[in-house]
Amino acid sequence: MPTERPIRVLVGKPGLDGHDVGAKIVSRALRDAGMEVVYSGLHQKPDEIVATALQEDVDVIGLSILSGAHLPIAQKILQKLKEKGIDDVPIIIGGVVPKRDAAKLKEYGIAEVRGFGSSLDEIVETVSGLAKSRRAA
Amino acid sequence: MTEKKQKDEREFAFDWGYTRKPVYGPEDVKHLDYQQEIGNPGEYPYVRANFPIMYRNRPILQRIYSGFLSGEDTNSRFKYLIDQGMRSLSIALDLPTQLGLDSDDPKGEDDVGRIGVAIDTLQDMEEILQGIDLGKVSTNITINALAPILLSMYVAVAEKQGVGRDKIACVVQNDILKEYVVRGAWIFPPIHGLKLTVDVIEYCAKELPRVSPVSVAAGHLRSSGATAAQELAWGFEIALTYLQTALERGLAIDEVAPFITYTFHNKLNFFEEAAKFRAARSIWAELMKERFGAANPKSLFTRIFSGGGMEELTIQEPINNIIRETLVALGVLLGGSQGMGLCCYDEAYTIPSPEAQLIQLRTGQILSEEAGIADVVDPLGGSYYVETLTTELEKAVLKIMDDIESSGGMLKAIEQGRIQRECAEGAYARQRRLDSGEQIWVGANKYAGKEKEWDVELHEYDPQIREKRIAKLEKVKSERDNGKVENCLKELKQSAEDNVNLVPPIMEAVKSYATIGEMTAVLKELYGEFKEPSIV
Repeated sequence: MPTERPIRVLVGKPGLDGHDVGAKIVSRALRDAGMEVVYSGLHQKPDEIVATALQEDVDVIGLSILSGAHLPIAQKILQKLKEKGIDDVPIIIGGVVPKRDAAKLKEYGIAEVRGFGSSLDEIVETVSGLAKSRRAA
Repeated sequence: MTEKKQKDEREFAFDWGYTRKPVYGPEDVKHLDYQQEIGNPGEYPYVRANFPIMYRNRPILQRIYSGFLSGEDTNSRFKYLIDQGMRSLSIALDLPTQLGLDSDDPKGEDDVGRIGVAIDTLQDMEEILQGIDLGKVSTNITINALAPILLSMYVAVAEKQGVGRDKIACVVQNDILKEYVVRGAWIFPPIHGLKLTVDVIEYCAKELPRVSPVSVAAGHLRSSGATAAQELAWGFEIALTYLQTALERGLAIDEVAPFITYTFHNKLNFFEEAAKFRAARSIWAELMKERFGAANPKSLFTRIFSGGGMEELTIQEPINNIIRETLVALGVLLGGSQGMGLCCYDEAYTIPSPEAQLIQLRTGQILSEEAGIADVVDPLGGSYYVETLTTELEKAVLKIMDDIESSGGMLKAIEQGRIQRECAEGAYARQRRLDSGEQIWVGANKYAGKEKEWDVELHEYDPQIREKRIAKLEKVKSERDNGKVENCLKELKQSAEDNVNLVPPIMEAVKSYATIGEMTAVLKELYGEFKEPSIV
C-alpha cells in the first residue's frame, strides 16, 4: 500500500501587516500534527502567495491577516488562483475578522475562517479536514 | 500535609523559571544589604526609583495611541484628547508609511490609512498637527525603520510654528532591531537599520535635547512570547547594541546613555511587574556605571514607558478588560515607571472608541489622583516577597544577557533568527497553556459565560481613502519645487554613500516636500532589502 504524502500547507502573510506571532504559532501546531508547512514570510503580494502555492504544490493555503485588509486581499488571491487554474486549493483565513466579513469571505470562496479565539486543535482539525476533502474530490 | 489537596507546584512557577513559595519571611531577604544593593529612591543602584519623591513632583505621563485615516481625522481626535487633559499625543501610522511606500504604491494598495494615519509628505504631518502648539505637548511617533524621516517632519512643523529646538519634545520609537523579531516593520537589512537608528540617536544627542531618539520596545517581545526575564535581557542587549555603535562613532557614554529609554509591557501580576522594573533599574545602572564608566546620573536611569500589550485582553466579556488594565496600571505605578499607556477595553476587537479611550485615561487618573496609589515611592520595597522576586529576576536576566554576549551579541542573534525562534517558542507554549486551560482566562477559557458573543469590529474604513490620498499626493508633487526635490534626493544618496549621518540631508529633503517613498527608494537602492531568516 503506497504511503500517502503528508498534508502540505502554505501559511501566508499577505499585505504589509507584520504581526506574525499567530502565523508562527499555527505553523508550529500544524507541523506538530505531522503536516509539512511552508511559511511565506512577511509582506507578500497576492501573486507571490499564489506562486508559492503553485510551486510548493500545497493542499491548503492558510492566510493570516490582522490589518483589516482581509476582504480585498482574499478577492485578489482567489482571482489569481483561478487564473493559474488551482482554485481547487482551499483557503483558510485567520486573524482579526468580524463575523459579517467571515460570511462575505465564504461567499467569495474562502473555505473557512478561524479567527481570534480559535484553539490550535480546532485549526489543525479544520486544515486536515480541508486537505482530505480536496484529495478525495 | 494536612491540606486536603496540595495544588500542583507548576501553577506557581513564572515562565522565566522561578517558583513562588506560599509565604515569604525575613530569612528570604536577610542577605540583602539595603545601602549597597537597594538604596534609597533616587540613589544608586536605583532599585527603588529614579527620583527621590517620584510622582509627587512628576505625575505619570499617560499616552493614548491614536491615528487613523487622514491627517484631518487624526487631528480632530487629538484635539478631543487634549480637551480631556492629555498632555501628550501618540501618532499611529499606517503600514505603507511605516514601510516607506507612498499612498500610490501598488504594494500598499490594501493598507493605506487602515491601521493608522497615512503620511506621504510634510504636508500630511502639518495637517495632523494643525492648531496644536508643539511647544506645549510631547508627542510619541511609533516609527522604526524610517525614524529619521518622521522625526524630520515633526521638527519641520515645530520650526514652522516657531518652537525652538530646545523645546521640541517628542519620542520616536526608532527601535529597529526588535522589528526583525516581532512586528515586522523592517525595510533594510539589520546592519543598515542599525545605522539609521544610531543616526537619529546621534543627531538628537547633539541637536534636540528634549527629544527621546529611541525607545527600546522590549514590550513587543514580551507580547510576542518573551518572558519578563527575556523582555529585560533582550531589551538591554538591543540597547547595548545601539549604545556600542554610537560609542564607536566617537560619542561619549554620557552624551548618549541619557537618551536611551524603554517601553515595556506588563501582564497582570503586578508583583512580578513591579519587581521587573526594580530589577531593570538596578541592572542598567550597574552596567552603565561599571562597564561603561558613566558618571552622569541621567546615564544610569532606566527611563520606562510601560503599559498593557493587548495579548492579555479577551474578546469575551470585554468590560473585564478594564479590570485587567487596572492591574497593569498598578504594576506601572508600583514599579515606578515614567509613562503609562494602557490598552482600551475594546482594543482586542476594534480600534478603540473615544469612550473606551476616556476610561483608559481615567483609570490612571483614578489610581494616582483619587486613590493615592502613587503618593509614596516604591511602596512594595521591603516586602519579603517583592524583594526576593527582584533578586531572582535580576539573576535570570543576567544569565540570558551573558549567554547572548558570549555567543556574539544581539545583532548576530537576530540575524541568525535565534531570538525570533525563542520568542515564537514562548508564544506557542503560551497558546498551548491557554488552550488546555492551564493558564486561566476568566470569562474566556474558564467560567465562560453564555451571554452574547462579542464580535470583532473594525474601525470604519473609507474605501475611497487611497484615491483621495493619490489625488493629494499628485497635487503636492505638482506644486512643489521639483528641481529642489531632485537635488535633495541626490544629496541624500551622496551622504548615504559617504556613510555620514543621514538626518541632516533627510531633514532638507522633507522640507522640500520629497515623499517618504522617494527618500526610501534612494536608501533601498544602496542598502537593499531584508530577507527573513527561516525560523518556522
